[in-house]
Amino acid sequence: MAELFSMAIAAVLINNIILTKFFGMCPFLGVSKKTSSAVGMGVAVIFVIMGASIITYFLYHGVLVTLGIEYMQLITFILVIASFVQFTEMFIKKFSPALYKSLGIYLPLITTNCAVLYVAKDNITQNYGFVEMLVNSFSVPLGFLLVLYIFSCMRERLDTADTPNAWKGNPVALVAAALMALAFSGFAGLV
Amino acid sequence: MNRKENFIAGFVKENPVFGLYLGLCSALAISTTLDNAIGMGLCVTLILTASNMIISAIRKITPDEIRIPVYIVVIASLVSAVEMLMAAFMPQLYANLGVFISLIVVNCIILGRAEAFASKNGILDSALDGIGMGLGYTFSLLLISFVREFLATASWTITNPFNNQVILHVGLSFLEPFKISMFSTSTGAFLTFACFAALFAVLKNKPAKKEKKEAK
Repeated sequence: MAELFSMAIAAVLINNIILTKFFGMCPFLGVSKKTSSAVGMGVAVIFVIMGASIITYFLYHGVLVTLGIEYMQLITFILVIASFVQFTEMFIKKFSPALYKSLGIYLPLITTNCAVLYVAKDNITQNYGFVEMLVNSFSVPLGFLLVLYIFSCMRERLDTADTPNAWKGNPVALVAAALMALAFSGFAGLV
Repeated sequence: MNRKENFIAGFVKENPVFGLYLGLCSALAISTTLDNAIGMGLCVTLILTASNMIISAIRKITPDEIRIPVYIVVIASLVSAVEMLMAAFMPQLYANLGVFISLIVVNCIILGRAEAFASKNGILDSALDGIGMGLGYTFSLLLISFVREFLATASWTITNPFNNQVILHVGLSFLEPFKISMFSTSTGAFLTFACFAALFAVLKNKPAKKEKKEAK
């Protein structure tokens, strides 16, 4: 139990998926302009990563390994993720049209969010058991949500700040991200 | 836009990394050394060119509703092939790039070009677009890693990926005590990238201002 807990802490704070591994940079810059859409995106990513990881985990150990075609991993995984994202999109469209609108183009783009494929692959390469896999595929996107939320709060303040023309928008946001990465590097050695 | 303009657009005006903010994950993560940047850049260029050509060749027989899954399968197959070839012939580079090679599948540049360009244009044009965009991406990686490698180690090194021999090593030893190892971490990546993004924003807006003046 303690091991699982420290694994979760490490995934959320120390090896944060955005700030140390740079996965999911597109939504990180794209949907972080408003706090509400950042939270919506984060929750959607948790849902997609959990779902996609569980399906790919069973597919890999159940089908690919038994048939001895592990090299099909990449193609299988990406197809599972793409269809799962499609499913999530229909789900959100039906239950929360407002959130659907604010996520806009970035919802179908979760397919090309490297975080999803990375977690699915990581679960296989690290040889996780089922429970470890569940903890990993929940805590990694939780770190994503945390950083996305903090970042969107900073960006809402940055919008009103007086920045030079060339730095307006993304460049100054990236400087903020750099400072955040520096702050998060302080967590190293926590576990 | 003629072919030449189209080819050059990928470097500054439509630079995929600094201008369009595509493919950032790999651009930030593997731009620590020139070696990685060259390896990754050429890999992406190769896959992008091949996928653009294949997708352009099958554009007339691809049903519109399922085009995205078709593109993804084409790209994923190409990436798997390149991954296996790299593991066999360039083990050191393969180990350095690690999971980022398989993550080329979800590099927005490749799917973006397939959707925006290759699905509407001929094979030759698509191939040229792939090479141009790929080199634009390589160019951006080189810029970032050029700065980062120097600030972090006070030297530049290029090795041959096939046999790990050092081809070029430029070191400024008197700067050795002043190197900033922070630039090999993520903070340095974000900072370097932010500076380049601001620079490219200036470059991009310049011609637009000129046109406005002429119009007046």
